[in-house]
Amino acid sequence: MGTSLKMQVNESMFSFIRPDKGTLLIVLRGKWRAGERLPPVSEVFRQIEQDPATKNIAFECSGLAVWSSVLITFLINIIDYGQQRDVSVDREGLPPGVQGLLNLAYAVPERAGARREKVRTPILEQIGQEVYAFWQGTQEVFAFIGEATVAFGKLLRGQARFRRRDLFVAMQECGIQALPIVSLISLLVGLILAFVGAIQLSMFGAQIYIANLVGIGVFREMGAIMTGVIMAGRTGAAFAAQLGTMQTNEEIDALKTLGIPPMEFLVLPRMIALAVMMPLLCLYADFMGVLGGLIVGVTVLDLNFTVYYNQTTDAIRLNDMWVGLFMSGVFGILIAVTGCLRGLQCERSASAVGKATTSAVVTGIVSIVIATAIITVLCNILGI
Amino acid sequence: MREPHIVVEDLTMAYGDFVLQRDLTFTIYTGDVFIIMGGSGCGKSTLLKHLIGLNNPAKGSILFNGVDYWRAEPQQREEITRGFGVLYQSGALWSSMTLAENIALPLEEYTDLSPQDIGEIASLKLALVGLKGFEDYYPAQISGGMMKRAGLARAMAMDPEILFFDEPSAGLDPISSRLLDDLILQLRDSLGTTIVVVTHELASIYSIGNNSVFLDATAKTMIASGDPKLLLKECTNNIVHSFLTRGGEFTEKTFESDGC
Repeated sequence: MGTSLKMQVNESMFSFIRPDKGTLLIVLRGKWRAGERLPPVSEVFRQIEQDPATKNIAFECSGLAVWSSVLITFLINIIDYGQQRDVSVDREGLPPGVQGLLNLAYAVPERAGARREKVRTPILEQIGQEVYAFWQGTQEVFAFIGEATVAFGKLLRGQARFRRRDLFVAMQECGIQALPIVSLISLLVGLILAFVGAIQLSMFGAQIYIANLVGIGVFREMGAIMTGVIMAGRTGAAFAAQLGTMQTNEEIDALKTLGIPPMEFLVLPRMIALAVMMPLLCLYADFMGVLGGLIVGVTVLDLNFTVYYNQTTDAIRLNDMWVGLFMSGVFGILIAVTGCLRGLQCERSASAVGKATTSAVVTGIVSIVIATAIITVLCNILGI
Repeated sequence: MREPHIVVEDLTMAYGDFVLQRDLTFTIYTGDVFIIMGGSGCGKSTLLKHLIGLNNPAKGSILFNGVDYWRAEPQQREEITRGFGVLYQSGALWSSMTLAENIALPLEEYTDLSPQDIGEIASLKLALVGLKGFEDYYPAQISGGMMKRAGLARAMAMDPEILFFDEPSAGLDPISSRLLDDLILQLRDSLGTTIVVVTHELASIYSIGNNSVFLDATAKTMIASGDPKLLLKECTNNIVHSFLTRGGEFTEKTFESDGC
């Protein structure tokens, strides 16, 4: 046909010229960058499909003012389309910079097997995998507890390797520094218990039994549980985040290669610190809780201070206190174990540290509640 | 013909009372590959942080295309910052996102491109650094060298005017490091980007740099500047000369015969 046939498309960014039968010349002009209204590449595909004789695509760029990545992706679409349809693309007419980038983009072939197919796993397989993961997780927990017990045995024989300083730092962190929040929470829990009881008991004129309710409730259960929950959120999370970051920074690998077991060096001091400090915190929380009840009793219910005091000391048996303290010791070990376990299981990335911390707090609180249930049932059976 | 792109005037960098470097004055021209070099602890990385606007200079000014960065309006400053691409030392990829999402984030924030276009640009940038097909990988699943290249892909996401590199060859094997150098030059040639590199890798310095500044920790200021190849020939300062010849181990000839 010889004559050039010019076809104008709506967009002013490009137009098409057919200099000879097999060739499609694409004239690019204007500003090809993000933010401009860019023409769809499908227009080019349509042009090629309209004339099946097209065997060659070329470009003319004298009117092209500005270009950026959007032009390159546009061209890559055309080149890939051409490869599928056996249409050759002549890059000669493009600016040298564009040619350079295109060469770079096609320089490294896609690595075989790199791209991931999205596979839909059948529901049964998913359930199976979940169960398997759960079983593996349980095994890891038991392995961890076993290792911790062995490390503790070494400690009793005086062979465990850790720095005494670390133990004292850990004790300070999970002891004295936790006092303000423990004071606030346990005082308020005492207040709340007293208020809830006051409404019911005053109907019978038995306001004085508020002292029994608050005293026994706080000493036997609430003091230990509240300190447990606070410490799981405060110290358990801190352990997991710290050990997780150490894992990410290869600090734990450094300990291992020096022959220092992380179980003894990192976990043991934290576990001992929590197991020792938790009962002390719990005892403190018990007194703060009773103080909360006393405040309500004296101010709202107009009870006499001495009467309230005597009623409290009569109500609480020594065993109630021992049960509470025993529980808090157990909680201390549980929190330390979950915190350290999740920290050491952490993968090497920032998001993994976040997951480890969340998991430490959740596991810590769940195990506290389960342990409380078991101990309460046991006490009931044994009549303590 | 050479247009000044970044001009540093009388810059003093300090942490509190501790002055790290003072009296830094140099010009980086458009299309330069500018090397910031010097021994460990001399403030190379700190200078880079000043250039990309993370640290505030104690004294002096930094001008981009004639605009004083620290005295500009916040909006103007943001505009300048958007023209930066930074490759951090270990990639600094966001670990909770895939490689494609890492590159897409700035595009989603600052352009009105459709999700499909953004996906195509992300794939293009990964292809440019030789990571075609790795769109759906998380940073933790690829090697250190690949993380570095993915970091470069993210730095290029917004087609920046200036690319900053913090120790690009640290932790790479010699061949990967060479390939990264080639890539830097190809990007400069194709896009006309100005490139600023912090490095003490001699091979890299000679093969890509055409302008440089040498910081010294004891003098607390710059003690040489200019084309590193010329510095090797002409600089008479002992510290610079010993740095550039790796303590006398290398000679000018070593690099000439390498074709560097």
